[in-house]
Amino acid sequence: MALLEAINPLLSAGWQKGGHEWRLENDNGWRLKDYEARGGYQSLKKILETKMSSDEVIAEVKKSVLRGRGGAGFPTGLKWSFMPKAAPEKYIVCNTDEGEPGTFKDRDIQRFDPHAIIEGMIIAAYAVGAGRGYNYIHGEIYELYQRFEDALDEARAAGFLGQNILGAGFNFELFAHQGWGAYICGEESALLESIEGKKGQPRFKPPFPANVGLYGKPTTINNTESFASIPFIFRIGGEGFLNLGKPNNGGTKLYSVSGHVNRPGNYEVPMGTPFAKLLEMAGGMRGGRKLKAVIPGGSSAPVLPADIMMDCTMDYDSIAKAGSMLGSGAVIVMDETTCVVKALERLSYFYYEESCGQCTPCREGTGWLYKIIHRIEHGQGRPEDLDLLLTLGGNIAGRTICALGDAAVLPIQGFLRHFRSEFEYHIENKKCLVPPDVQRAGSTFFTRNMGQA
Amino acid sequence: MLELELDGKALQVPDGSTVIEAAHQAGVYIPHFCYHKKLSIAANCRMCLVEVEKAPKPLPACATPVTNGMKVFTHSDLAVKAQKGVMEFLLINHPLDCPICDQGGECQLQDLAVGYGDGASRYQEDKRVVSNKDLGPLVSTDLTRCINCTRCVRFTQEIAGLMELGQAFRGDRAEIMPFVEKTVDSELSGNIIDLCPVGALTSKPFRFSARTWELARRKSVSPHDGLGSNLIVQVKHDRVMRVLPLENEQVNECWLSDKDRFSYEALNSAERLTRPMVKQDGKWQDVDWNVALDYAAHALRDVTKNHGATAIGALLSPHATLEELALAGKLMRGLGSENIDCRLRQSDFTADGKRRGAPWLGMNVAEIGELDRVLVVGSFLRKDHPLIAQRLRQAAKKGTQISVIHSADDDLLIKLFAKGVVAPSQLPLLLAEVVKAVAEAKGAAIDASLQIVMRSGIQTDGAGATAKQIAASLVSGGNAAILLGNFAQQHPQAATLNALAQQLAELLGCKFGYLGEAANSVGGYVASAVPGGEGLNAAAMLADPRKAYLLLGAEPELDCADGAAALAAMRQASSVIVLSPFKSMAALDYADVLLPVSPFSETSGTFVNTEGRVQSFYAVAKPQGEARPAWKVLRVLGNLLEIDGFGYDSSEQVRDDVLGGKPDFASGLDNGVDGVAIELPAAGAMERIADVPIHFADALVRRAPSLQATADAVAPAARMNAATLAKLAVATGDKVAVKVGAGGTATLAVQLDSGVPDGCIRIAAAHATTAGLGPMFANLTVERA
Repeated sequence: MALLEAINPLLSAGWQKGGHEWRLENDNGWRLKDYEARGGYQSLKKILETKMSSDEVIAEVKKSVLRGRGGAGFPTGLKWSFMPKAAPEKYIVCNTDEGEPGTFKDRDIQRFDPHAIIEGMIIAAYAVGAGRGYNYIHGEIYELYQRFEDALDEARAAGFLGQNILGAGFNFELFAHQGWGAYICGEESALLESIEGKKGQPRFKPPFPANVGLYGKPTTINNTESFASIPFIFRIGGEGFLNLGKPNNGGTKLYSVSGHVNRPGNYEVPMGTPFAKLLEMAGGMRGGRKLKAVIPGGSSAPVLPADIMMDCTMDYDSIAKAGSMLGSGAVIVMDETTCVVKALERLSYFYYEESCGQCTPCREGTGWLYKIIHRIEHGQGRPEDLDLLLTLGGNIAGRTICALGDAAVLPIQGFLRHFRSEFEYHIENKKCLVPPDVQRAGSTFFTRNMGQA
Repeated sequence: MLELELDGKALQVPDGSTVIEAAHQAGVYIPHFCYHKKLSIAANCRMCLVEVEKAPKPLPACATPVTNGMKVFTHSDLAVKAQKGVMEFLLINHPLDCPICDQGGECQLQDLAVGYGDGASRYQEDKRVVSNKDLGPLVSTDLTRCINCTRCVRFTQEIAGLMELGQAFRGDRAEIMPFVEKTVDSELSGNIIDLCPVGALTSKPFRFSARTWELARRKSVSPHDGLGSNLIVQVKHDRVMRVLPLENEQVNECWLSDKDRFSYEALNSAERLTRPMVKQDGKWQDVDWNVALDYAAHALRDVTKNHGATAIGALLSPHATLEELALAGKLMRGLGSENIDCRLRQSDFTADGKRRGAPWLGMNVAEIGELDRVLVVGSFLRKDHPLIAQRLRQAAKKGTQISVIHSADDDLLIKLFAKGVVAPSQLPLLLAEVVKAVAEAKGAAIDASLQIVMRSGIQTDGAGATAKQIAASLVSGGNAAILLGNFAQQHPQAATLNALAQQLAELLGCKFGYLGEAANSVGGYVASAVPGGEGLNAAAMLADPRKAYLLLGAEPELDCADGAAALAAMRQASSVIVLSPFKSMAALDYADVLLPVSPFSETSGTFVNTEGRVQSFYAVAKPQGEARPAWKVLRVLGNLLEIDGFGYDSSEQVRDDVLGGKPDFASGLDNGVDGVAIELPAAGAMERIADVPIHFADALVRRAPSLQATADAVAPAARMNAATLAKLAVATGDKVAVKVGAGGTATLAVQLDSGVPDGCIRIAAAHATTAGLGPMFANLTVERA
């Protein structure tokens, strides 16, 4: 909501509708007429009117160097080009199963700009030759699932979906599919299983979805923000989009800033914006406290300490160089009142809870990891625990069907790399380096809810 | 072909091979749990991680396709480290109490833990506990031991055809479970016990009764359906403790039906006949063998002398061995009687004397999977032939078009192309219409025999379209087959069905055959256990009752086409000589002498399966009590009666005499019939549809307590569709008295079954409650009881 400098008018302009302080009663900017007023569906019309070939569309997306906004950062245009041309039945799937702790950008795109997703998906379907699409929306945002259904109705009524779209002889049906809130369903092949009505468990790859996807047919799956970025690319051109960011990191991106900042929220900034600038946009550190650490790309990304983070710019390459990942762009900011052991315990519990249970290392390992960290946090750590955590992590990472195993291990490796001494202090002294009252003072949970208790 | 290097050895493997298949070919063992060659790849246990050159991470051998030039290291440091890591995870929540686990000693996890596990665990937290589930009377659960490999889940879905198990919940809370309040009712359920790599699923009947290393493992052959599944019978102190499959890709693959697997319980049944018994003055007395044999020989001699040898009839079980059938026939012929038959449930014998050879499958069992068009006629396929049904199920998944014409619409769990379900009397007509439609499609003339009866243009209700649909499928294929099931063989127009199938096969240029009902349905013909010359067949021997009967393993009241007539015939006979492993209440009533003979487990012998495969086996245990192999008993009887040609020293000599040695396949097999008149009867008023439920089919399985507790062994009901219910003004649960003319009657509960055609009532045969009803095919009258 807190969009200070909207750059992409097709993505974020409508978000300003309610003014700086968003109000429910003003929440109409998502409607088709508002979206069209901002220039919505012009890109689709242009593509169809100028009879751009699917290759030309893909080439334009490749030129923009739009990298997948779901977390892996895989170039979107390249992904589209993997779709077999001759296959008679193909699918487009939008992954709105945004479950990564710290990430809430797709939710707001869904809320404020559903038509940007629809337009992006139509263009993608046109590019890869898909006749049918699904938007998989996670279970916790049911009202936005309903809103998306309304947006689909508008788009169908306006002739953007269905048979012979805009008289161009192109057919595309798009449907919303509601998930039920399993983190693992954000993994693309588990998401496909879930749409098919099965238990959400990742598939072994290869084959990749581009060859064997939904219902066994070639399928392109992209993140919500990736699709929502597509109309803008065709508005300013692939080149123009790339130039908004920096080489190999095209365009602008939404960052979900949360944690110990004064104004948590989503911020759209060009790729390559310094972290310090983003932090400033988010109102700076709460209570003027000192920055301790930042998880720059969602809970799976290794934590970075303040000094390293302050030197980073917000793009894939810079964060990777610093030893972490840009991921989904969820920036979790932690100040000096944070107990890193407790923070890691909470993260580990998440992966333990969300492991799908399919393959051994993750099913058995995530629970073990959590139990060890839980023990350390509760003053029952053993000197050998830290090495045990790392060797167990080594036995999980890279040994599982999907990346959830890696995601469970990366935070542990990150925290131990940069904050090992605090863990050792916990084990040795059976308490935290950060005194409990300091921890509470930094927590709105305590300051707001628990009063002075 | 693809070339790869596996542990430094150059290797060529077929395209599409996975690394684990390549390793198997090279004789290299890669540890694994979830992988199974017959199941889809899950790649979830991660035990088979191996190092592949240029791959940044270890890869699962089961799911990694071989590529040209690939270099695989199955035992490199990286691979072994990965495997050991997985083993550590598998063991943290697994109870380490192998000494009290039923799987101990035959557990894949235990075996691999020796190679890949550590002496002590680094895991010191609480272990997971999973509550057990009731999967029914056959499979016991100990789910805390489960390692979630999902082999059982994949088996029920992929092989058995119905997903009866699933994995619920996530993470380490994941549990294997059936649907809520449901059990696993598949007729193939026991296979999940073999598939389970740990002690999570074990055999309920066997559980905690012996340790694997105490058991002798002996090969045998299943005595039940016509497939002749290969068995490993496990024996302790001459008691059969358990039956497992002996893998034979040509026959049963690596599976067993539950009937094959669990019927062994009957071998130790309290109903076993363990002493020769003779009825004197209406009282049964245990006697010595020589007394009993003298008594039997005298009885046979007396009847022969007073009434002629043709006053004796022999009813032989088709589950008896080839040797027993041959010697029983020889004994009868030696006395001068040709009244010999093992086709007990058959009711139409008009093809006798017109057959070109012994009826058989018409192809090898393994060829079933290669067919692209199949028409199954008159078969309760899934229950009568569980593993042949399984082969067809897999074929259908690969695109084989399978059509069925039958009188019941049971769910075969096979993707069918078309089906026609008609009253039993209309089955020949429907098949005739298929023949006609195929002839039309082929532009060929139909056979003269059919032309006459089809001229009237009668059509089964709406079946003309079904026939055309089936015909279109059959003519569009390259490799078709027509298979006649048990129901078709038992049908009153069985010869017509045979002739029609033959015409169809000739038109299509394809194979046709019989799905053999019993272990020796083919062997019975080969051993001449069928009447010759003027001899009476099984039905005629009952319709025109004999003075004396020789029963070999047969329980006529349950095994014959007309149980009521059979029982009456036995009761009126002056002498009934029973050779059986069991003493039934019925036999104690009508028999005069009971000779305890060995079941298949206690005798050597041979079964000729439905494809003509000659499968000989040895005894796996000593006979119980005074029981003796039936071939020996018949030999002594032959000698006592001074009949020539009973000087055999071994069952192998008998077999070699019958078969001229021990060929792999029997000769003289041919389904062709010549000069059979086509009969297309009119519809009856209220026709009986009689199935022989899987666990009632023979004397052995009827006495297996665990099988009798399964869903497949529920007591027969009067099953009918909603229209018939309305017509009879009865509802599910009502008791009705069902009658055949003035004869048999049975009182049964009514049950709605939408798969029963109009104007028909399905009432199972081979059960005490319905035996009194009489013929399997008949018109019924129904009144409220």
